[in-house]
Amino acid sequence: MRTLNANTEVDSVTSTKLNTDTEVESVPKRKIKWKGILTYLAFVGPALFFFILIQIIPFFMGVYYSFTSWNGVSSAVEWIGLENYKKIFTNDPQFYRSFVFTTKFTIAAVIISNVIGFGLALLLNAALKTRNILRTVFFVPNVIGGLLLGFIWQFIFVKGFASIGNLTGWAFFEQPWLGDETTAFWGIVIVFAWQISGYMMVIYIAALQGVDNSLIEAARMDGASNWTLLTKVIIPLILPAFTICFFLTISMAFKIFDLNISLTGGGPFNSTQSVAINIYQEAFQNNRYGLGTAKSILFFIVVAIVTTFQVWTTKKREVEA
Amino acid sequence: MDQRYTKKTFLLEIIGIVLGIIFLIPFYFVLINSVKSFADILIDAAAWPKEFLFSNYVKVWDILNFPRAFWNSLVITVVSITGIVILTSMAAWKMVRTPGKFSKILFIFFVSAMVIPFQTVMIPLMKLGGALNLTNSIPGLIIMYFGFGVPLSLFLYHGFVKTIPYEIEEAARIDGCSQFGVFWKIVFPLLKPITVTVIILNTLWIWNDYLLPLLVLQDAELRTIPLAASSFFAQYTKQWDMGLAALVLGVTPIVIFFLFLQKHIIKGIASGSIK
Repeated sequence: MRTLNANTEVDSVTSTKLNTDTEVESVPKRKIKWKGILTYLAFVGPALFFFILIQIIPFFMGVYYSFTSWNGVSSAVEWIGLENYKKIFTNDPQFYRSFVFTTKFTIAAVIISNVIGFGLALLLNAALKTRNILRTVFFVPNVIGGLLLGFIWQFIFVKGFASIGNLTGWAFFEQPWLGDETTAFWGIVIVFAWQISGYMMVIYIAALQGVDNSLIEAARMDGASNWTLLTKVIIPLILPAFTICFFLTISMAFKIFDLNISLTGGGPFNSTQSVAINIYQEAFQNNRYGLGTAKSILFFIVVAIVTTFQVWTTKKREVEA
Repeated sequence: MDQRYTKKTFLLEIIGIVLGIIFLIPFYFVLINSVKSFADILIDAAAWPKEFLFSNYVKVWDILNFPRAFWNSLVITVVSITGIVILTSMAAWKMVRTPGKFSKILFIFFVSAMVIPFQTVMIPLMKLGGALNLTNSIPGLIIMYFGFGVPLSLFLYHGFVKTIPYEIEEAARIDGCSQFGVFWKIVFPLLKPITVTVIILNTLWIWNDYLLPLLVLQDAELRTIPLAASSFFAQYTKQWDMGLAALVLGVTPIVIFFLFLQKHIIKGIASGSIK
């Protein structure tokens, strides 16, 4: 998506070079063409082969199976048309609930982790003595996988928060964090932000360091306050970083699985069950593969639309700025 | 921005340090409780351990079959990434150096697959994998990582190759080097910065990946670290004395990897995402 633009200008330069290449050789042109195709295949073929085998073929198989009653066990796969889709839209309240939860979670998680990430980046962009250590500290959670982090935080919410609550008496820590729908929701948001904001911080720092200092000096001379400097000069200059960070956090939050399954397991009462977990359970626990693939195709469509739309709108803003 | 050390900077420094400590508190809790007895954890999880019990670690080491899980994770990560690097660097170079409609369409084909969520592919992939004998086998899992790893790594290489001047390769070509020779002897060493980025991004993904190994590997002998940890927690729920020791063991290798290579990792992440 964010990538499809800049590959035109190189083409003309290299193609003229290739032409001179072929003229030098004296072998008949046809032979060269075949040789060229074969070397192209030798270089590109293996990557293309694995890519098609592992992603493209299963993708189209999925489209087909979503119209069937496939249960994964029996070899009889019956074509049932739009039956699965009809069922999802009319008679699957849990899938609808999962979708609502995932959407709400994505909105909260994206905003919070980007606010924290950008805030940390601004902080570490100052001439702090502990800058490098702090950068490492904020980034560490990100190298640990979501599954283990979920287990770690399960302990923090259940035992750690309780003992902090005993020490301080603050009501915030004395809630039944993972046992209640609302707090379980925010629990996942907190852990997600704790994991991801260091990552976002690194991207924002790189962008901030690319900002031309003379522009900031000039704005200061003109008497701009810190706030105007930030909102009118710095943020517009680093909008591309916002595009990237929003793209990354939206797609990570929307597809959340590992962290979700180890932290709450979708509970209490399936209230924090993400779409990814719902699809997984439909297919591999209920053995309704056909229905599961239909859900996964819908999931794909939504993910594709959301990310395309997001990149498109932020790119548009970049141009205007 | 402002590079002088003022009172304001000092204040920011204090804020930073306080935030850093808050970020690290979960690790503190996990570490101190991993050496307590179960009863002591229940009494007060915040207290400093009365005595350090390393028996938790000894027990968990065996239950997790930790050396085995570590080895499996290592083999899967290293072989998958070696394959991904070879496959995508070669393909990306050839595509950039053979301009034209075909390469362009192919590139779009590869890259647009990045919007396909894993969940959309996984169910049919398990059927296909079963038919091709890729399931319940580490080589099978590695082949799947080849397929999933291609788009992002190819995209990163593609962007980088465009910045390499063609003249260097041309000279070698005139000297009679074959295409493979040109690529491996001249181009690949020049790709080193982006290769580091590709290795780092893929390590963080494959080492920590949970769902694909969960679906593919069934035998206990084949378990990776995340799989060993999750089956441990399925069996010993709420037994936090051992659970926390298991988590510390599980987290340690990747944290050490990060601390040793943090400069490259942070740089690699930044350049990998900005492209």
